[in-house]
Amino acid sequence: MNRSLLHFKDILRKPLFLPLFALVLMLVINVIITPTFFNISIQNGVLYGYIVDIVNRSSELVILAVGMTLVVAASRGTDISVGAISALSAAICVRLLGSSPEAYAVPIPVAVTAALAAGLLCGMFNGFLVARLKIQPMVATLILFTAGRGIAQLISAREINGKMVPGQILYVRIESFKQFGGFLDGVVVPTPVFIAAGFVIVTWFILHRTAMSLYIKTVGINPKAGRLVGLNSALIIFGTYAFLGICSGLAGFISSSRIYSSDANNIGLYMELDAILAVALGGNSLGGGKFSLAGSVIGALTIQALTTSLYAVGVTADQLPVYKAIVVILIVIIQSAEFRNWWRTYQLSRKLPAGGIK
Amino acid sequence: MNNEVSTGGSVVLSMKNIHMTFPGVKALNDVAFTLNKGEIHALMGENGAGKSTLIKVLTGVYSMDSGEIVLDGIDRPIHNRSPEDAQKNGISTVYQEVNLCPNISVAENIYIGRHPRNRIGGIDWKEMNRKAQAVLAGVGLEKIDVTRSLGEYSVAVQQMVAIARAIDINCKVLILDEPTSSLDEIEVAKLFEMMRELKSRGVGIIFVTHFLEQVYEVCGAITVLRDGELVGRYAVSELPRVQLVARMLGHEFDDLAAIRVPDYDESAERNTPEIIRAVGLSHTGSIQPFDINIHKGEVIGLTGLLGSGRSELARALYGADSPDHGELWFNGNELKAHEPIDTMKAGMAFLPEDRKEESIIADLSIRENLIIALQAKTGVFKLLPMAKQIEFADKYIKALNIKTPSPETLISQLSGGNQQKVILGRWLVTNPDFLILDEPTRGIDVGTKTEIQKLILKLAGEGMTIMFISSEIDEMLRTVHRLCVLRDGMKVGELVNENLDRPKVMAAIAGGKIL
Repeated sequence: MNRSLLHFKDILRKPLFLPLFALVLMLVINVIITPTFFNISIQNGVLYGYIVDIVNRSSELVILAVGMTLVVAASRGTDISVGAISALSAAICVRLLGSSPEAYAVPIPVAVTAALAAGLLCGMFNGFLVARLKIQPMVATLILFTAGRGIAQLISAREINGKMVPGQILYVRIESFKQFGGFLDGVVVPTPVFIAAGFVIVTWFILHRTAMSLYIKTVGINPKAGRLVGLNSALIIFGTYAFLGICSGLAGFISSSRIYSSDANNIGLYMELDAILAVALGGNSLGGGKFSLAGSVIGALTIQALTTSLYAVGVTADQLPVYKAIVVILIVIIQSAEFRNWWRTYQLSRKLPAGGIK
Repeated sequence: MNNEVSTGGSVVLSMKNIHMTFPGVKALNDVAFTLNKGEIHALMGENGAGKSTLIKVLTGVYSMDSGEIVLDGIDRPIHNRSPEDAQKNGISTVYQEVNLCPNISVAENIYIGRHPRNRIGGIDWKEMNRKAQAVLAGVGLEKIDVTRSLGEYSVAVQQMVAIARAIDINCKVLILDEPTSSLDEIEVAKLFEMMRELKSRGVGIIFVTHFLEQVYEVCGAITVLRDGELVGRYAVSELPRVQLVARMLGHEFDDLAAIRVPDYDESAERNTPEIIRAVGLSHTGSIQPFDINIHKGEVIGLTGLLGSGRSELARALYGADSPDHGELWFNGNELKAHEPIDTMKAGMAFLPEDRKEESIIADLSIRENLIIALQAKTGVFKLLPMAKQIEFADKYIKALNIKTPSPETLISQLSGGNQQKVILGRWLVTNPDFLILDEPTRGIDVGTKTEIQKLILKLAGEGMTIMFISSEIDEMLRTVHRLCVLRDGMKVGELVNENLDRPKVMAAIAGGKIL
């Protein structure tokens, strides 16, 4: 075996290789289908192009995937309520800001804080159920998965013919609210990109400049051993859910700013699935333990690249899930350890004479 | 290989020129192994000698780099790709850690994957339970209710069930990988009876164990491995015990008997301060209220049969099972809170009995496994600098003689003995005043055992107080100053000085009068 081949095999074994490979593959296919895929231009004073669009639109997913990564790593389970919590936070934010065209009912920082606090509260509720009452994560978060959107509907009530009717779309009528999901004055890069990037970097520093990363991995791999070396597993798991709650609140805020309103039915819809998928695509085991934030971010970008490119080739929104599912199946199969084992044995069996099995 | 004996009788399994490499380690180098029909063959070697690797190659868990495996009745070399393949070829394995499912019934465990079917293709439960009962009766386990969950029975019974399952799969070669490490003496005797019965039926048995006595009791031949290479194949009658140990260690045997505690001076006890005082401490369901006083620099042993409460007492002290009644004083202060983090911060350390379940954090590196307890002690916001972590890792890899290519190697890639050393290192890094070692030498080779025993005496000499639990009485007699005896969840007495000898300890454990 020559040296360069050996080197190549080392690269193949790197944990981030497959997630990156999937993303690059996605981009290459896009270039083939849409030759102008990588073109970036400036229109109306802001950056414009497929790539910009993908990075921009993936912001909420990136934020959710980061939080979801920690939840999966520590609790070996997933939080399916993140989409609903996003909708709830968005509703609170928009409701507080009010619909007057002259002035906000409360200052924007107050509304944002309230949205994040609502997310945190929901996350703490989930964390309490999972960490303290030891309810299975999927079941525990199913509560807010269904109830969250309901509460968001109640908050999104509007007076129609003298009666308060819930489940309405509330609008913010002041232009500056658009900035957080759009562009800041004179800046060519979309604001959500800054928010998401900043969020990932801050999270990374918190995890790796403290012992948090090691604690989360330990608790996820062997909670019993974690307890005996003096870790409070319940508190750590609780913390990851609370943190994911904040992520959901932030994602909800960005989404509401993007559409200039709060739509309790559609904000964060199916986002929990994409977030979980991003974690898996990033090469993270859904069985908990070791994790890679970078992997999940790559996973989130891959999913958004897929969505954008499917729209680009004219797939309609209602057909989208079908095509998405096909691609996802392929990517997940390539990444599965079973498949790789099978492939290795298959190659080995072509080299070695098989035998002995009656 | 001068001492190799000819392999008389008909060969059932022959492995030749086996090579196997892990990243950075040559695990097996040109190893050969031959097993006869109706032979009980001991596979011996220190941790990391390659025993487990050889077995895993044979059973298809690992695929070897090169080599040839020939099995009687199959005319070409076999290549097992998975344990199922191996099973189809007639090779069954019972591992050290029971690999069954505790949450399904005993009968299902025995017939999982090969349930008897009824006429419409469903599982024939009645038939399955009847057959399971018969199989277990054949190995002397008539009293087991096969419809109850396996998890309701003791580890020993689970192990026997695993063996019964292996036997029932009509195998030619049965591999027993440390089956006796969780069994008491009566159960071991029962197991040996089973093994002899199988032997008379012509089954070849590969027996991996660390108990030398058992090898000489039940085996006919011995193959010794060392550092991934074959040392030789011997008839048991031709290889005296001392010779065997010398072959395994590769140097003149560092006699265990040379280790001996200096005679215990009871008057010294009054001169050193008390480190532990427990009054009426208990944990419902596992240990009755007990009192215990331990002095600084003492090595105190806990002995008793499995389930006597010896581990449970230690767990209650550390807070692994938080005690529900009683007082615990440590270094003169009462410990009110009883979670591991509290006792650890006070200066205790606890190496639990079950290495796989409660100690090792499998997907983390040796370095991370080593520093995790200290990191938990210093707190989440004070991350130990990487340079410091590496320094600790290097120091303890060297001090404890841990065999690894790098501190970044995953702990799961180490052999059992080396894993245990890492866990020991994890606690030594925290510099505890009181170290509890619950079965630190279980499933570990003679060489490492000696090292650990010496380490205990050295640490005690430096002023550390140690609580030592082992099911091997001799090992404890060599190391402890004082021995607490437990029976049926109660502390029933203590032995010191002239009463520390094997017959007296045995008598005390069994329920005789404590002197």
